[in-house]
Amino acid sequence: MRLLPLFSAFLLLSGCSANWGWYVVNPATPQGYNNLKFMLSGLAYTVQLSATAIAISIVVGLLVALPGLSPNKWLRGMSRAYVEVVRAVPILVLILWVYYGLPPVTGITIGVFWAGVIALALSDSAFQAEIFRAGIQSIARGQYEAAYSVSLGYVDTMRYVILPQAIRRILPALGNQLVYMLKMSSLVSVIGMQELTRKANELVVSEYRPLEIYTVLVLEYLVLILIVSAGVRWLERRLQADERG
Amino acid sequence: MTETAPIIQFQQVSKHFDAFQVLKDINLTVQKGERIVICGPSGSGKSTLIRCINGLETYGSGDIFVKGTRVEPAGLTQVRGRVGMVFQQFNLFPHLTVIENLMLGPMRGKGMSQAEARQIAEAYLARVRIPEQAAKYPRQLSGGQQQRVAIARSLCMEPEIMLFDEPTSALDPEMISEVLDVMAELAETGMTMLVVTHEMGFARRVADRMVFMDFGEIVEVAPPQTFFTAPESPRAQDFLQKILNH
Repeated sequence: MRLLPLFSAFLLLSGCSANWGWYVVNPATPQGYNNLKFMLSGLAYTVQLSATAIAISIVVGLLVALPGLSPNKWLRGMSRAYVEVVRAVPILVLILWVYYGLPPVTGITIGVFWAGVIALALSDSAFQAEIFRAGIQSIARGQYEAAYSVSLGYVDTMRYVILPQAIRRILPALGNQLVYMLKMSSLVSVIGMQELTRKANELVVSEYRPLEIYTVLVLEYLVLILIVSAGVRWLERRLQADERG
Repeated sequence: MTETAPIIQFQQVSKHFDAFQVLKDINLTVQKGERIVICGPSGSGKSTLIRCINGLETYGSGDIFVKGTRVEPAGLTQVRGRVGMVFQQFNLFPHLTVIENLMLGPMRGKGMSQAEARQIAEAYLARVRIPEQAAKYPRQLSGGQQQRVAIARSLCMEPEIMLFDEPTSALDPEMISEVLDVMAELAETGMTMLVVTHEMGFARRVADRMVFMDFGEIVEVAPPQTFFTAPESPRAQDFLQKILNH
């Protein structure tokens, strides 16, 4: 239902101008069908890239956030410095730096996929760390005290008491990051990753129909992200229902 | 009372928050099985005093021993295994069911199997008279029920000492007695108890000794009959007049 106004705008636009050439992506024709198939063949990469990167960035983000909450000022300082430095680098610059800069420095050649994953995960981890810090700080002191008073150590207190509650609270923010990551994965096309945006670019070069092809690209991201949003919202509802019983 | 080694011992314990002295030269010895009620005006250091026993607060100078173990960061797990605590705000784990709240400590703190922990949890839940609430989440229970769950959660660790930090202060009046009854029953089993409370009826009924604190120091220690009828210090007289005649 949410898509309805968008869809009608789409029809309106398509009918109003001779400059549109939807044949390039019309699935009824063999050419259009092949073009669409070509464009969609980037989907798996986009999804794999984003999913791998977010999984890594959540873990790294948590590992950066925890020392940031320590009473030790050196640990706090290290966490802070990581967040500030990583957050200050534009994602596109980080992608270029990891792909072209890291191999000569380390002597290890990395493929575009892993270069993309590393750059996206690194960049996102700084934001994840801030999200986790906010979530953990929002849990009342009494929860730690109750956990300590039944002999739980720091790790078990975090794992069984604090994080399950913090994650419920930061789920909307985590959903945001996931959406952001899906969109930012398009930047990895600059180093030649064959994901959705790269495929669209290549098709534009051979078909000279940027308007239609990029419109399809927009719709590809839109559908992907609406599905992800629905998934996050479902998870939120489920976890809340859990707490209410 | 048999004279054995004390179960808790405070020796010249002091604590500062910057310039403000929260605890002043505290000396207190508690024998096994004793029921101590600590009272005094708010801000007098009562809560801080009992929170020092299981290391939720640190203290600046002096020594606290629980069964001969000094309370300090290194020995805290050992001390916390022996000391249960009930909080004013219950502090139940909201994301866990009642039975899971009870089982967490035995499983993760004591390394019990799930089956063992469940057995113990069910037994203590029955003892605080809410076995039927096992599968519910804390927020589905009344305040009184939540506090009884919190008591059961502590008892599941089979502690030798129970600390109560104003256990009925956050409760609606009609729920206070159900919690106090459970505590009085616990007292009858011979549990060593330190209770910070304003419930003077409970104190009279259960306490072996009253500890009266003001401005971070212990002003008076006396059996309840003496304390309530003939308090020695003017500060205790003043305090009792205020809370008994309201």
